[in-house]
Amino acid sequence: MNQHATRAAAFIRDEARTDWHDQSLWFVREKRDRARDTLPEWETLRMLASQIKDNVLGNLDHYLVDFEAKARANGVQVHWAADAVEHNRIVHELLSTRGVARIVKSKSMLTEECQLNEYLAERGIEVVDTDLGERIIQLRREPPSHIVMPAIHLKKEEVGELFHTTLGTLAGASDPQYLTEAARGHLRDKFMVSEAALTGVNFAIAETGGVVVCTNEGNADMGVHLAPLQIHSMGIEKIIPRRADLGVFTRLLARSATGQPSTVYTSHYHRPRPGAEMHIVIVDNGRTDQLGREDFRASLKCIRCGACMNTCPVYRRSGGHSYGYTVPGPIGSILTPGIDLKRYSDLPFASTLCGSCSDVCPVKINIHEQLYKWRQQVAQSGELPWSKRLAMRLAGFVLARSHTYDWSGRLARGALRLFPRWAVYNGLNEWGKTRELPALPDQSFKAWYASHHQHEQ
Amino acid sequence: MKVALFIPCYIDQFYPRVGIATLELLEKVGCRVAYPREQTCCGQPMANTGCEHHAQATYEHFVRVFQGFDYVVAPAASCVYHVRKHYDILEQTPAVSQLRERTLDLSEFLIDILGITSLPARFPHRVGLHRSCHGLRGLRLGYASERYERGEGYQEQLLDMVEGLERVPLDRADECCGFGGTFAVSQAQLSTKMGRDRIADHERHGAEVITAGDMSCLMHLEGLIRRRGTGPRILHLAEILNGTQL
Repeated sequence: MNQHATRAAAFIRDEARTDWHDQSLWFVREKRDRARDTLPEWETLRMLASQIKDNVLGNLDHYLVDFEAKARANGVQVHWAADAVEHNRIVHELLSTRGVARIVKSKSMLTEECQLNEYLAERGIEVVDTDLGERIIQLRREPPSHIVMPAIHLKKEEVGELFHTTLGTLAGASDPQYLTEAARGHLRDKFMVSEAALTGVNFAIAETGGVVVCTNEGNADMGVHLAPLQIHSMGIEKIIPRRADLGVFTRLLARSATGQPSTVYTSHYHRPRPGAEMHIVIVDNGRTDQLGREDFRASLKCIRCGACMNTCPVYRRSGGHSYGYTVPGPIGSILTPGIDLKRYSDLPFASTLCGSCSDVCPVKINIHEQLYKWRQQVAQSGELPWSKRLAMRLAGFVLARSHTYDWSGRLARGALRLFPRWAVYNGLNEWGKTRELPALPDQSFKAWYASHHQHEQ
Repeated sequence: MKVALFIPCYIDQFYPRVGIATLELLEKVGCRVAYPREQTCCGQPMANTGCEHHAQATYEHFVRVFQGFDYVVAPAASCVYHVRKHYDILEQTPAVSQLRERTLDLSEFLIDILGITSLPARFPHRVGLHRSCHGLRGLRLGYASERYERGEGYQEQLLDMVEGLERVPLDRADECCGFGGTFAVSQAQLSTKMGRDRIADHERHGAEVITAGDMSCLMHLEGLIRRRGTGPRILHLAEILNGTQL
């Protein structure tokens, strides 16, 4: 069953809102284009970033061990988690053994992926997301709809209503400045009393053992600087080899994500503050499986900029929630089948294979080619709907045989001409619900050619 | 130079006029082409749905029909892209490799191989060019807005050879129309919305005609326009270049 199609159809029913969503994201895409235009070396940067990531993926075992050694030498405690459960258990243990009951967290798609918030909440630990967008959706108890702009599906009026009921802002207020200040005040209180801070990681430098976190709100720093315990959760693919490589990625990341020359804060964490603790949790959670799939390995190059979502004509008109996974959009659609092919078998088809994602990607992931390849895997594993399977088998038979093709075409066109309109445009004709079929010509090109070139064989 | 004309299945069945325009155009610019009559399809419909295994026999048929020609030309960038890109699952015999290299979209063939710089065509209308995705990002017939690159693509250059033709700018120069093969049916609502948005862009800029190098995108857009009853006319690039009048 195609869940994406069902959810997308529901999303699109409100056309004005769909247009608003589409235009909001297209605005970001255009801003990204203007930022790109300031760098004539853009394509070179993309190539470099792609090659560096290829190098990382090819030597990940060495880089991870180097990284761990350097980090330990800096006084950082490093933990390894094979999967989400192990990651959550490690984090929980760090907190519970120190009696921590309240933590602040800056944006981390990895912890969304591991569903850490739920895990900790069930064990009596309050987690406050401090990224404004993340906080909004946390208060609404819903997942992010975008990896960079988690609340992009919401209008300011809806945020105003939410803040009125949760933070006590004035009823009907929707001024972004006012609402942001209210959130800022609210979060300040949380920062002041938090006993631990958790962040995601954008880049982990093997050469130095440090991690780099990019934010626009400074919330990662605010949390880390105030709490006696800092924890950074990272996927194994976040490694870059050298500090010198970082600039390649920071120049691409913010421009691709939001059209900014750089994020407002690029925070480097290398060692604990005196008297404080710093931990890094390195998580696999299916990544080495993906690394082992030659056709899909490159998906691990992703730096989570979200540009493929902003550019995707399907994402813009179906919303992040239609994908049913933490990372939506084109990149999500090539990551998810590797996690659970059966469950996400519809996502490689949530695309027209237009290729815009691959061209916009700052690390040159061949996203649309991987979508095509996943489709083959989905079909091979028997997850295609029977109607498609049958139709393709039939088409494959007819199109490989010239005469069968010729008479099938004549027959189909003849039938279409004979049937009354109501029979052709029936409820099963998805094409015909909104579109006319092509006007039927008297004869095919082949028949025309034969009648005009009788002298030829 | 032995040149074969490939008229993809859906053009053969539904849009013979596009095949005729292509043939006439090629003859007009002095190119003699053969039309192998056993041809059917490139196999893309099955493969894009995940069924390369059901497409393989069609691939092999295509290779049998078209081997031995210097070039295979088609008024369909998407099908050409499919041959070039996805015939990699066949054993790469010399025949297959050469075919993959020498199967060209009409616009590339006219400019790169025939080297034409002018056309005896006149079309005094405002025309919106729909840059089909497989032509643009697959065959690189033009410059994609995502990348740092500028210039006029093959199709733009050809339209500019037509007397009186005015190309209209678009707000979104290369957004997908939402056809996407079986996507048009399996995600019909999304496909429809994407198509309507494209048409609206062309209309905002006063396009009298929407054209493209791929009739599949145009079949989708035309279907939407005809259902509504009014809107820009739809013509394949080959028709305009061949001197079709409104």
